[in-house]
Amino acid sequence: MKSLRNSFAFILMTVPMALLFFYFHTWPALHGIFLSFTDWNGFGPYHFIGLQNYMDLLHDKQIRHAYVFTFEFAIVTTILVNIVSLLIALALNAKIKLSRTFRAVFFLPYVLSTLIVSFIFNYLFSNLIPNIAQALHLPALAQNILGTQWAWVGIVIVSVWQGASFNTLLYLAGLQTIPEDVYEASNIDGASAWVTFWRITFPLIMPFFTINMVLAAKSYLQVFDQVVGMTNGGPGTATQSNTFVIYTNGFGGGELAYQSANAVVFLIILVCVALIQVRLTRGREVQF
Amino acid sequence: MFGRTKTNWVAMIFLSIGSLCILFPIYMAIMVSLKNPQELAQSVLGFPTQIHWGNFQQAMAVTHYFHTFLNSLFITFFAVVLTVLTHSMVAYAIARNMQKRFFRYLYNYFFAAMFVPFPILMLPLVRQMSHLGLADRVGLIILYIIYGISQNVFLYVGYLKSVPLELEEAALVDGANRWRIFWSVVFPLMAPMNATVAILTGLWAWNDFLLPLVMLSNPNQYTLPLVQYAFQSQYSTNYSLAFASYLLALLPMVIVYIFCQKWIVNNVTKGAIK
Repeated sequence: MKSLRNSFAFILMTVPMALLFFYFHTWPALHGIFLSFTDWNGFGPYHFIGLQNYMDLLHDKQIRHAYVFTFEFAIVTTILVNIVSLLIALALNAKIKLSRTFRAVFFLPYVLSTLIVSFIFNYLFSNLIPNIAQALHLPALAQNILGTQWAWVGIVIVSVWQGASFNTLLYLAGLQTIPEDVYEASNIDGASAWVTFWRITFPLIMPFFTINMVLAAKSYLQVFDQVVGMTNGGPGTATQSNTFVIYTNGFGGGELAYQSANAVVFLIILVCVALIQVRLTRGREVQF
Repeated sequence: MFGRTKTNWVAMIFLSIGSLCILFPIYMAIMVSLKNPQELAQSVLGFPTQIHWGNFQQAMAVTHYFHTFLNSLFITFFAVVLTVLTHSMVAYAIARNMQKRFFRYLYNYFFAAMFVPFPILMLPLVRQMSHLGLADRVGLIILYIIYGISQNVFLYVGYLKSVPLELEEAALVDGANRWRIFWSVVFPLMAPMNATVAILTGLWAWNDFLLPLVMLSNPNQYTLPLVQYAFQSQYSTNYSLAFASYLLALLPMVIVYIFCQKWIVNNVTKGAIK
């Protein structure tokens, strides 16, 4: 009797939340997959058109460009964020003065709104840098790069500025799990700092490297706030990320069903990327 | 790579340059916000000859600052409180029943949902929510609670593995039921993870842009980031006004960060290394 009441309590603790989760998360996702096989534009009757939306996606230049931009951006940003934050974490973990102040400064971007930070960087690129470049007679930098083919560089910079803080935090936590005597042993053996890093430090923080790569790739493949704040997709459609296209064309362009098909493809790609990343990095992790 | 015996000046110089890179845009934002357009045209980075606090007053009036701030606070507060209360409970039931198939499947279901990108549910979701009459602040709170489950249940279940069973069993022998055990024994024991989940949820709900953008149809209910987006055209080229407004929007979280920096960093780290 008691164990029955027990399991009933456990059921009551989970089932309502699970149902809500299904209703507000899985149901709209399934609905999206369903819509991707129709020609519905948000109003009136609709027809099943099979895989037509998916065939059209293959020939859609805007979407192809959005995927190329999204991937280029995500790869460059993920790599840069990880390099920068690993360097900052190594420096913060070294014997330094003012370590608390430095930490406070480097983690500050983590609590700021990405959209507003992007607006601030927008001004920096569109007004401040061209002004300074003109004063210094540097014609190469005298125009707003957000209006040129280099606009994506601006979006990468703002993403690294903000994204490095969280990854630094993770790497620092990883570095602090390495006991001091490991370094001492390496010192006694006369290994250089470079060798110590690649042979000892990096393998030991490999699990943190894995997490950072997976999380960074996942968030940068879905980049949206930075694009809205910096370029709004421009110039032209040059910096439209896939999330941006799904949002803009799905809501405003009457392409509800079509962009649902795009989102389904996006889902499949993201899952594949995550699986490949985990597969590539697993097994290379070392314990001490 | 960086030496470990005496003060490492290479690391110090690197960190100083890095700190300047972090602080420079914030410095620029403050300088822009304190000038009038004429002075801004002369110099962006210099100190203003006369400080124009009026920009902040005007920005507050334009964006209905206190109202918008209360919207953000309302949404964030209820998202955080309800998330901590419900997710800890769900995770407790799952963690203590992992040997049962139902709970194991439920755990895997929540975990798998972490890989589903938001764009795939975004379009149908907005229609669903407006049909329910929930395209508002309340609906937004519900969605933050729902979409946080994957990550938070994962964190809580990981943490509960290290919470000993003895106390629960003792309470069970004393005749307490599961609900009592959870609220008076387990929930307090999970305090460190509650803090982590609260901070992660709070930062997310407070700074989020995409969900409020698609969900909130009534400008009266806009959050602080969303209102900056909505008012872009009103600022037009009055950058000082825009920057005063940006800084006002960032200010509450910066103040929280200044006072709770160590606590926030420690708890986020704890969540991250689970």
